[in-house]
Amino acid sequence: MSATVESLLAGSERLPEVPAFAAALRHAGREGFQQQGLPTTRLEDWRFTSLAALAAHDFAPGAPGATLDRGELARRVGPAAGPRLVFVNGHLRPELSTPGELPDGVIVGGMARALAERPELVEPNLGRVVRLAGQPFAALNSAFLHDGALVHLPEGAVLAAPIELVFATVSGAAGASSHPRVLFVGGRSSQATLVETYLALGPAADLTSAVTEVVLADGARLDHYQVQDQPENAFQFTAVAAEQGRDAHFSTHSAALGAAISRSDVRATLGGEGAEAHVAGLYMADGSRLVDNHSVVEHHARHGTSRELFKGILDGGSRGVFAGRIRVLEGAMKTDAHQMSSNLLLSRDATVDALPQLEIYADDVKCGHGGTVGQLDADALFYMRSRGIGLARARSLLIYAFAREMVERVKPTGLRAQLGRLVAARLPEGDRVLETA
Amino acid sequence: MSAKGKGTPMLEVRGLHARIGDREILKGLSLAVNPGEVHAIMGPNGSGKSTLAGVLAGRDHAEVTAGTATLDGRDLLPMTPEERAVAGIFLGFQYPVEIPGVGNLYFLRTALNALRKARGEEPLDAVDFLEVAKEKARLVELDPAFMNRALNEGFSGGEKKRNEVFQMAVLEPRLAILDEIDSGLDIDALRVVSKGVEFLRSPTRSTILVTHYQRLLEYVVPDRVHVMAAGRIVLSGGRELALELEKKGYAWIDEEAKRGAWAEPARVSP
Repeated sequence: MSATVESLLAGSERLPEVPAFAAALRHAGREGFQQQGLPTTRLEDWRFTSLAALAAHDFAPGAPGATLDRGELARRVGPAAGPRLVFVNGHLRPELSTPGELPDGVIVGGMARALAERPELVEPNLGRVVRLAGQPFAALNSAFLHDGALVHLPEGAVLAAPIELVFATVSGAAGASSHPRVLFVGGRSSQATLVETYLALGPAADLTSAVTEVVLADGARLDHYQVQDQPENAFQFTAVAAEQGRDAHFSTHSAALGAAISRSDVRATLGGEGAEAHVAGLYMADGSRLVDNHSVVEHHARHGTSRELFKGILDGGSRGVFAGRIRVLEGAMKTDAHQMSSNLLLSRDATVDALPQLEIYADDVKCGHGGTVGQLDADALFYMRSRGIGLARARSLLIYAFAREMVERVKPTGLRAQLGRLVAARLPEGDRVLETA
Repeated sequence: MSAKGKGTPMLEVRGLHARIGDREILKGLSLAVNPGEVHAIMGPNGSGKSTLAGVLAGRDHAEVTAGTATLDGRDLLPMTPEERAVAGIFLGFQYPVEIPGVGNLYFLRTALNALRKARGEEPLDAVDFLEVAKEKARLVELDPAFMNRALNEGFSGGEKKRNEVFQMAVLEPRLAILDEIDSGLDIDALRVVSKGVEFLRSPTRSTILVTHYQRLLEYVVPDRVHVMAAGRIVLSGGRELALELEKKGYAWIDEEAKRGAWAEPARVSP
């Protein structure tokens, strides 16, 4: 057996009933995935990302009731600092979740329940922001639409504590697939932080295709984080799509630390004047792993600002792909857009393909991009060693120094510390790297 | 002052040859530094001074092709840079490296504790270390603000050199090799460098000052002065040799070297 379009869709026809609009989205997802099929390297967007490794595996939808050990969960994500929803194979598991305290009118809950009880909050936005065309895994995710998270903030709601969503794909003997779905709707001038963590637990190789849609009304603000901390046999496909109103502020920051293949597609649409988007990502890979970050930042209106920063650390025979497109549409005057990607190659066999693209249809804009690919600085290594610091430690210090910026821009303190630990844990003598003088 | 021949030299270099690529830079260099001595190595640009400093500290830019170098009788050449640091060597860099993302003080504590661990001593905790660091910062008049910045990042030339001396004062090496620590320094900074060197002056420690100028030697009085030319030490003497060089410049040395005046072992003045 191997993963094929039909085997990946198996089970999607036997899902619980949902309102008509959601059923239509499932249908569109099935058709979209069937029509597009598994992408090949002949497609521009998948030129450097071969999915051949998928073919060696077989996946079936992970069981909603699969066992997730509480101790393991706590070890991986720490104690909840605020509301936390835990999903196993895409299904909300209330007994593992922490409701937290929420202001009046704020909804942080399961998508299945929201579809049943508050479809009017879901219907206007679900499936509207993410594109299925050209994104086969977003289509696959939609074909399995049944549960996930809905976060809904009324006008003016401000959440101090981060909302945490933990998605664990848990396999048994055979590989599990799961399709987490998130819809975040921020009312005017609302403000929140959303942290998604993706884990894969269990012996077999798992596949996760996740979609997060974000709608920000005028003046709304969301700081969004995704931490992918999966084992090296996992497959992770993530699509994040955001639509921003006037002066809305969206930041999304990913950390892709594991998985055999980790592909992320981020699309930020700055629809209203003065909107601001920050797209950032840190990725680390070794062995024969591949990490691919695609992003599109699209400026539709005047006075928009966007900043992109991706940093990759590639060892062994791993591959990194960065494709960042900035589109400035006609009329989006005074756009200020910048993009940067930096890669640190730790071995001769590691490679990176960086594809910055600017498409500008407006004049009077400020757009730029830059990129670096480098190795550890030999002079810096000698300097440290000449002071008595061993080679492994010196390398780790320099690697962590490269990643540090991406850790320090994480605002929630708990997540920042956790990300620091996750990065350090992947370095020789890494536990010592985090000590502070 | 102990003279050569009495006791064992701390550092003993014999017939050292080293090349960078196809170019031979050190051509049979010999040097002995006894415990408690401060030596100055002077010489024109390109004479191999910095290569010697790097080779002694374990920099792999140059390949040693012949000769020996020992510290306290132990063969230095097979050692990694970090092993040499443990053995007691400290190289003060001509161009200290900027390392963004690594805190100055954190770096120094990591280094000190790596040395202590390798020597079988207990590591210093953050509090004890800070005490040591503060005391040494005062000694070299380093603004405490620099201690908390990234390693050498955005430091001026003088601040970087001061930071080298600060590190030296904290790490307390047995043999400090300061490579053109004085270049580009104003009088104030020179005074600080000399304080750092004087602080470490003891019967069990030694210092090699690699310098192009005599000026530093007005602040740190060396026990021996050596002149390098064309990859070897061609003249050795007391402090007066530095003054003579200051008067006559290096041109005559280059001339003499070109004529092959020092094909044989160096002339040693009293």
